[in-house]
Amino acid sequence: MYRTVRIMEGKDVVIGMNYAYWFANVPGLTNRTRLRISSAVSAEELFFLSEGSLAKLAGVTPEQAGRIAESRARPVDAGYHAMCAQGISFVSLEDESYPKKLRQIPDPPYGIYVRGPLPESGRPAVAVVGARMCSEYGRHAASELGRKLAAYGICVVSGMARGIDAAGHQGAADADGITCAVLGCGVDICYPKSNRELYGRILERGCVLSEYPPGTPPAAAHFPARNRIIAGLCDMTVVVEARLRSGSLITADCALEQGRDVYAVPGSIYDPLSAGCNDLIRQGAGMISDLDDFAAGIVSHGNDMCNKKEPEKILLEKEERLVYSCVDLRPKSMEEILSESGIKLRRLQQILSVLQQKGVIAEIFKNCYIRRN
Amino acid sequence: MLDFAEVSGQHVVKRACETAVSGMHNLLLIGPPGAGKTMIAKRIPTILPDLDDREQMELTKIYSVSGNLVEQNGLIKRRPFRAPHHTVSPHGLAGGGVLPKPGEISLAHKGVLFLDELPEFSPNTLEILRQPMEEKRVRLVRLQGTYEYPADFMLVAAMNPCRCGYYPDMQRCRCSQSAIERYLGRISQPLIDRIDICVEAAALAFRALNGAAKEECSADIRRRVVQAHEIQRERYREETFCYNSQIPAARIREYCGLSGEQEARMERLYTSLGLTARTYHKILKVARTLADMDGEDKIGDCHLNEAVCYRSLDKKFWERP
Repeated sequence: MYRTVRIMEGKDVVIGMNYAYWFANVPGLTNRTRLRISSAVSAEELFFLSEGSLAKLAGVTPEQAGRIAESRARPVDAGYHAMCAQGISFVSLEDESYPKKLRQIPDPPYGIYVRGPLPESGRPAVAVVGARMCSEYGRHAASELGRKLAAYGICVVSGMARGIDAAGHQGAADADGITCAVLGCGVDICYPKSNRELYGRILERGCVLSEYPPGTPPAAAHFPARNRIIAGLCDMTVVVEARLRSGSLITADCALEQGRDVYAVPGSIYDPLSAGCNDLIRQGAGMISDLDDFAAGIVSHGNDMCNKKEPEKILLEKEERLVYSCVDLRPKSMEEILSESGIKLRRLQQILSVLQQKGVIAEIFKNCYIRRN
Repeated sequence: MLDFAEVSGQHVVKRACETAVSGMHNLLLIGPPGAGKTMIAKRIPTILPDLDDREQMELTKIYSVSGNLVEQNGLIKRRPFRAPHHTVSPHGLAGGGVLPKPGEISLAHKGVLFLDELPEFSPNTLEILRQPMEEKRVRLVRLQGTYEYPADFMLVAAMNPCRCGYYPDMQRCRCSQSAIERYLGRISQPLIDRIDICVEAAALAFRALNGAAKEECSADIRRRVVQAHEIQRERYREETFCYNSQIPAARIREYCGLSGEQEARMERLYTSLGLTARTYHKILKVARTLADMDGEDKIGDCHLNEAVCYRSLDKKFWERP
């Protein structure tokens, strides 16, 4: 049997055992079971419980009792220390440092694995979620929202998925703010791989956390569960862009179940990509019509506010303004701009090049241009 | 007789075709289905200068060897346009068989080799193109001996940006991000690097389709192309190469010299666009062709601008975070 050793009477030598970590890693138990058990006994008590008492625990099946007993013989020390050496810490409901907002939800994760500092409980936090395959409008809005929230000292929480999530994290990181990513896999795995750089930027001032132990690969079933944590860590959830049946609407549902507010960014009524958001607003979610007002409204007295720079006025000549007016947030091909503006092809190419240099438009695809603010 | 005047609108693509033909640059057309890529590609031979006597003989010999010659018609007078289906085998493309017959690349000698639906071609087959595109001939080694066929063709390729064809129009494109990356990952980087001019063939607006505007006919365009070829023939009289697209790296400075200000601007673009040496040189060569088309001796700012617009495809267009 694996036990802590008592070298001398009255003096315990604990071989660095984290009982909660052990309990969290007992195979075959669901989170609900763990919550049930932990409401009756602490992890340490559980570890030393006799076989008989184990069986008598409320709501524990004999099979589960057997699993707990079995796992006591298997040392988890090495795994735990290896994990800590990688900079990953384990925080359970039994710890003071467990995020207060998360503790309040109906089914908080028994334990979370964290890389980086957890945001302070006093700091307001907002979830920014939305579709993976988003439009430039959505990406831009999410990025700007992340930027403004971070500038006001608000922590931006999201899932580090492609699209809206990544844009939200990026905006916050660009403003040197605090952003937190909740993953559907182990915190040591960067999913999707293309967000490697973002992962690094998030860790500069924020944290990455997960309900799943390090090494767990991403799986479709993990994502709805992790969405409840995203909503659970925040005071409110903002859905930036979502289709009618998007996964980000699950996050909104979780927020409602948790008694938190839901906001949505409206979009064109003709755009299926905004149909989910518009529907949320119809059902009563808050509507964001001005990102700055929204961010400013969240901040209570005493939070850092950063001095916002007035955007430089960029001077455009007459023809440049004409071309700029033909470009908007939906990608337009050079051919379209050519026929709309009526300018000769070579002059148009020159103007497009100048506008790109001035930073007011960008080429997101071969000969396809969008507006940049 | 096919003619460019039959194509409504698509001025950007037509201009790119004229540029490609003027300097014999390789061309890639990318766009949604039904935009006219195949239609335009088929009309490219109509703006190529006529074959001269020597070229006619060469081409007729190749067709005779491959068994494609029609007796009654005598010498081949028109530039070939070969468009193999994407299921073509490596042998069919490069040449081969027990008694090696010329493949599509030789049958397209002095003409156009058109590869429609580029990502659908097997990567093995596309790899075959690399060597002939550099050496302008293909060498087939057999037990009986080594056979060499000329393969001086202009490559024109067409493709959709994604499986459904509508990317980056997010309202119509239903492909997942990984499907998009997978589709484009099928074209190897070395092949993309070999394309000199890449342009988008956008979906036609109704107005453009039924417009009353008079479109230029092939004869007029060809006249300009012939002039551009003349300039190059004169300039490269003493050289081993004939066209701007063939200028070797060592001679770029000599033939595509830029002013100090232009160089500074290109340096800024080099970093901001993430260019490589190869893509940079291609931009300069295309700018050289554009200047020739204007009859200018020095490369102007407008030529550089246009060349940058035509620059080769960038994989980062598909990698959206």
